[in-house]
Amino acid sequence: MGLVAVLLLAGNTTDAAPLSETARVLHVLNRLGYGPRPGDIERVKAMGVEHYIDMQLSPDSIPLPKHLKDRLASLETLEMTPVQLFLEYRPVLDRRGNKRPDREAVKAQRERARIVMTQAGQARLLRAIDSPAQLEEVMTDFWYNHFNVFAGKGLDYLWAGAYEQAAIRPYALGRFRDLLGATAHHPAMLFYLDNWQNTAPGSPGARGKFQGLNENYARELMELHTLGVEGGYTQQDVIALARILTGWGIRRRDSADGGEYGFHFDAKRHDFSDKIFLGHAIKGSGRDEGEQALDILAAAPATAHHISYQLAQYFVADNPDPALVDALAKRFSETGGDIRAVLKTLFDSAAFRQSESVGNKFKTPYEYVVSAIRATGQPVSNVRPLSGMLIQLGEPLYACQTPDGYKSTQDAWLNPDAMMRRLSFVTALASGRLPLAAPMDENDARPRRLLGGAAVRVDETTSGSSPAVAAVRLTATLGNAFSKQTIAAVAAAPEQLRASLILGSPEFMRR
Amino acid sequence: MDRRTFLKKTALAAGLVLVPMGRSGYAALNAATNNKRLVVVFLRGAVDGLNVVVPHGDARYYEARPTLAIPASGADGVFDLDGHFGLHPALVGIVPQWQDGTLAFVHACGSPDPTRSHFDAQDYMESGTPGVKNTVDGWMNRLLAELSAPHRPMQALSLGPTLPRILRGRMTVANLPLGRAAARPMPLDRPPVTAAFNRLYNGNDVLSRAYREGQTTRRELFTDLQHDMAMADNGAPTAVGFAGDTKRLAQLMTQDSSVQLAFLALGGWDTHVNQGAAQGQLANHLKPLADGLAVLAKGLGPTFSDTVILVISEFGRTVRENGNAGTDHGHGNVMWVMGGAVQGRKVYGEWPGLAEESLYQQRDLAVTTDFRSVIGAVMMRHLRLDARQVERVLPGMPTANPGLTGIIRA
Repeated sequence: MGLVAVLLLAGNTTDAAPLSETARVLHVLNRLGYGPRPGDIERVKAMGVEHYIDMQLSPDSIPLPKHLKDRLASLETLEMTPVQLFLEYRPVLDRRGNKRPDREAVKAQRERARIVMTQAGQARLLRAIDSPAQLEEVMTDFWYNHFNVFAGKGLDYLWAGAYEQAAIRPYALGRFRDLLGATAHHPAMLFYLDNWQNTAPGSPGARGKFQGLNENYARELMELHTLGVEGGYTQQDVIALARILTGWGIRRRDSADGGEYGFHFDAKRHDFSDKIFLGHAIKGSGRDEGEQALDILAAAPATAHHISYQLAQYFVADNPDPALVDALAKRFSETGGDIRAVLKTLFDSAAFRQSESVGNKFKTPYEYVVSAIRATGQPVSNVRPLSGMLIQLGEPLYACQTPDGYKSTQDAWLNPDAMMRRLSFVTALASGRLPLAAPMDENDARPRRLLGGAAVRVDETTSGSSPAVAAVRLTATLGNAFSKQTIAAVAAAPEQLRASLILGSPEFMRR
Repeated sequence: MDRRTFLKKTALAAGLVLVPMGRSGYAALNAATNNKRLVVVFLRGAVDGLNVVVPHGDARYYEARPTLAIPASGADGVFDLDGHFGLHPALVGIVPQWQDGTLAFVHACGSPDPTRSHFDAQDYMESGTPGVKNTVDGWMNRLLAELSAPHRPMQALSLGPTLPRILRGRMTVANLPLGRAAARPMPLDRPPVTAAFNRLYNGNDVLSRAYREGQTTRRELFTDLQHDMAMADNGAPTAVGFAGDTKRLAQLMTQDSSVQLAFLALGGWDTHVNQGAAQGQLANHLKPLADGLAVLAKGLGPTFSDTVILVISEFGRTVRENGNAGTDHGHGNVMWVMGGAVQGRKVYGEWPGLAEESLYQQRDLAVTTDFRSVIGAVMMRHLRLDARQVERVLPGMPTANPGLTGIIRA
């Protein structure tokens, strides 16, 4: 049977009012994960879509396949703590703490340290492509962006991956307060938003570059991480919170209390005076003041609303229905910030399930690249063509400079050059010209413009290329959900370009 | 392998045929369309304007910044502009423009909105509607609509892999990636692949429009590339970084008269820690900025006289340095105005001073010139928009600011 006949027989169009079972399964696979792999639609149909959603909400119940576990286990820097990473890969300094002494040694150590970000990026992409616990991957990416750390700032090239491992991933479907606390204590965040230097002026520990307040983290903690910019705080609250967080810093040496991956509270630099923060009296007491402030922020109605808006925007629509946001915020508050419960409410909502919400989200570069690989079912051992593509599309891994993280909206990602690059990427992928099966050389220390991988040219023909993708199989994997226009364009294309057109179609640009 | 050979090889490897097309079709502007250009450079992260155009005549500046201040004279001192203000020494690259009268500054310039959030402040400066959150488009997109009759591909161009807020909206805008990646051939450039995708994206939906703009931009780019290959200095090392990007922009703007609006952004200005003074972090960012702007000015050649370049940033930084040898989020800032049409060699705007009682909320440089007034002056006197058009681009803009009179030559 020809391709056109297959497409026409299936007869699914994206604008049908009540969702067919296939459309509903596809919707769930596209939103709770990075789209279907070959056979996924049938598997989810067989187990029932509600059961699939429940399973995804409990990722601990989903075992990782052995090959993925083995791959992750082989990435030796993945489970190292920030202190271990620092001791092993820190910059070479002379006795006076200058980087100058031996340029070659400094450079060699920097090259050596590259493996840390390479392995973090590998783990992230391999899991996104291969993990059956897809929602956990989606939420890891969501929260990483929410609590973004830029690996290009100072020592964060050592710590951004460890931050994801220890502060984001374990809490991705847990309690918001735990997630907030884990990010607040992690060296990667303390370094990125400068709080490690935040010091009470005139305190016994104030000296050198540690002379006074630094508002950076305090402000973003409220504006981005919790209350939202319209959450009702003032400049006075920013200053109060900065004072509360004085002395929250980093321990770089192993020591008896070196737990919490290198967090260190320096009482000598703390402001022990009493504070008023968001109308709450906070008694000057030391480290616990910060915990109280995090409690207040996590429990604030503005936080419930802010997080709910972002979840609704990610999972439902760029401009989500305020009624949905309110319902999620209510659930967030009544469960004390239980992320799993809020997501369950979201996935059960009419707003999520209505046909208008199907295929209305333009994929981010990350979603596009990962979903394309998944749809082809090609095994990946070399992620460089993927991380390189993410650089070209403006979404390099761990390299969003600003603390607001990457957006999930069409506005942010749809542009003329992105269309050219996406279509070129899938053309190379579908014709089997990406070296995905080539061995990944982690120690390859050629200079990279950005972290996490090289910009491998997609027109390169390299050994280790994968086989071309069959268009008929691809349409079945994707549930045959294409418009008449797409069907006609695919049918008119030469055989060897049909899979490219399917992956480059407007339907596949969206999720 | 030299660059020429490299380009030939990659072009051949991709089966690419370089067809010079596109340019001639758009080169002829009709008489009614003016040939004035506007380039906006956004410094994201809030540059410390007080260390860009330094009020060295104000003793309070030195009191507030014991370690960060730039000396009034000496080897690490400012380049004096007018006895009161001086330029950061890392900006020596644009001193020629100051001296020949094509560079001006507007000090104590900024947004009427009090926010100290980077994201809100950038958003307001890009939407052109401070304090109004529900504006869907950016002011440069609205400006493009006013300039377009009819819209030409590549009329507005953004450098970078994504489209900034300032250019988003109903008009289609082209974008080019930064660096050398731009000119690399890709599978979509091959005619059979193009033909197949042309059938997929031939509608009037947003994806199709983006697709077609992308195709036009790539054709233009390859014509440019071909020109590049024929140039006498072929083989010379290409400039990298910001200067590389401004060089390419200047080439595109001089060779394609369609490009009327252009936008670039530069990050790295959020200097909460270790800002440095004459040398250091801020200086290391200012130098490539100045050098890149000088490359743009030079590369534009005669087109420079028809161009205005604005350098803007979302807000300034605290007058006093903080406890980590840095500065925190502030309010008033300095705007740069450059180009052949500019009445330069002057620091415009009313200087509020740095006395305690003059500061905004006792900590920041006050704003005496609304950033929209400067853009408004450029739109009226340079781009020749009428008052109604200006109002559509920047609704609710304050009435003409007498302090800016003459900033654009008549």
